Amino acid sequence: MSSASVLVIDDEVQIRKLLTITLQSNEYRVQEASTAKEGLMLVASHPPDLILLDLGLPDENGHEVLRHLREWYSNPIIILSVQRDESDIVKALDNGASDYLVKPFRTGELLARIRSALRKNNSDENNPVAELGDITIDFAARSVKKNGSAIKLTATEYTLLALFAKNEGKVLTHQYLLNQVWGPSYRNESQYLRVFIAQLRKKIETDANRPAHIITESGVGYRFNGK
Amino acid sequence: MKNYLLHNPSKKNQYLISIATVSVVAAIGLGLHGFLEYRIVAFMLLVTVSLLAMFLDILPVLTAAILSALLWDVLFIPPRFTFTISNTEDRLLLLMYFIIALINATLTYKIRQMQKEIRAKEEKANAVKFYNTLFNSLSHELRTPITTIIGATDNLQTGSERLTDQDKSALLDEISIASLRLNDQVENLLNMSRLESGYLKVKKDWCDINDLVYRTLQHLEPLLEKNRTAVYIPERFPLFKLDFGLMEQVLYNLISNAAIHTPPDSTVTIVADCPEEKLVITIADNGQGFPENEIALVFDKFYRLQGTKTGGTGLGLSIARGFVEAHNGTIRLENMPVCGAMFTIEIPTETSYLTGLKNE
Repeated sequence: MSSASVLVIDDEVQIRKLLTITLQSNEYRVQEASTAKEGLMLVASHPPDLILLDLGLPDENGHEVLRHLREWYSNPIIILSVQRDESDIVKALDNGASDYLVKPFRTGELLARIRSALRKNNSDENNPVAELGDITIDFAARSVKKNGSAIKLTATEYTLLALFAKNEGKVLTHQYLLNQVWGPSYRNESQYLRVFIAQLRKKIETDANRPAHIITESGVGYRFNGK
Repeated sequence: MKNYLLHNPSKKNQYLISIATVSVVAAIGLGLHGFLEYRIVAFMLLVTVSLLAMFLDILPVLTAAILSALLWDVLFIPPRFTFTISNTEDRLLLLMYFIIALINATLTYKIRQMQKEIRAKEEKANAVKFYNTLFNSLSHELRTPITTIIGATDNLQTGSERLTDQDKSALLDEISIASLRLNDQVENLLNMSRLESGYLKVKKDWCDINDLVYRTLQHLEPLLEKNRTAVYIPERFPLFKLDFGLMEQVLYNLISNAAIHTPPDSTVTIVADCPEEKLVITIADNGQGFPENEIALVFDKFYRLQGTKTGGTGLGLSIARGFVEAHNGTIRLENMPVCGAMFTIEIPTETSYLTGLKNE
């Protein structure tokens, strides 16, 4: 497979330069756009494997651009935001963004996000067993092992963990998790999620207070780290 | 009453107040007519006009002076219920009454104007002093890391053949540290302006306090390397409705403050409790504590303890207070009996004990 192509849509030339150098040195092919209009044209003519989209573009609101793109573009879109405004981030994620990064971000973090967004895109949905660091999930048998020894999970705990495993490395919002695990009528019952995350951490983490797998994303949701 | 005096009533109300007060005093004088000499009533009215002069504008007070002179003449000076005055003494008295009332009103008004000017000048001087301190501290705190970054990059760009690999990596480390410091300062300034602008929105949702505390400690790991930490959160602690992001910032600021200002190997102790629908979190250290006379000032914007080393803007604790108050909570600081200081946060909030979910 040839290297993946990434389109950077950001009006700041410095950020574009930094991202281009970083991405090219990690063997991605890079295209650049400085406005929403230019970006949308490039997506239409040379659809990239992934888009890095700045939310604060001069010619069009980032949420609008995202909405336009999602009408026909289905590859991952990672949002770059200059503000840690949680409701803005959640809105972007609900509107189809795959993930987000708040400026300033670390290069390592950027590359990890891109890798997991692309992996999700290529993942084999039918893989019966997932190896996630010290955790092994056998989807067919609905069984979970940590360091080779079986862990007993309740039905809800298992559903939650399986959902995390299928979205490894990707941020999942509170609303999304509630909707998927408990159903639409539980969308605002976040206390259930808190309690089950705490329970699940006690069972699968080596130290539930310093979780290595289920990482809290303040005010947004959780991210599962499969290392 | 104090507020009422400070915020001048509207023009119309001022006239109403002066006319009503003078009329009431005149009516009291009438009621006591049998017991009081009519000249005493003049003094009662004069006192009334003087009192009004202390908090009304000049025109309503002059109205009161003229009205009271007329009322005294008509209602009290014999022959009563006419404008005529029978003897010269009373005519003189009325004239003097009128002059004294006018002088009184004008002088009091002038004194109040002068006080106002002095206060305005003082406020301006204080503001200038405040902004000077602010600019000094800010330009220092922002320019130091910027100077480091510019200097280090210059060195790397122009002197690369003279630098050893060790020098280069040291310079890169300096750039990295300076950028992180700059980012912290900008974060503080942004948070402060969020608070000041009134734009701050508190988005409350159920929070797991264990997650909140340990998540913050994880973010602070590099800073806490030289310290010990101890966390005490009761088993089966309920969930609380809080803004996770804001509370994380509060704990971050308080714990990092403790870590920065205590000697190596000090312990930072975080305790959570929930007496009566309230979340109480204390953050204590066993450092040298705060000077007693500065405890009341530490939450003030841009306040920094006398003789502290650089690296802060004096915003961290006031942001912490602002975010706690945005939750309708309180924060206080006290020195511990033996050594160290303790911050106590108290937030009234809904709690949730979810039970019976174990088997779901």
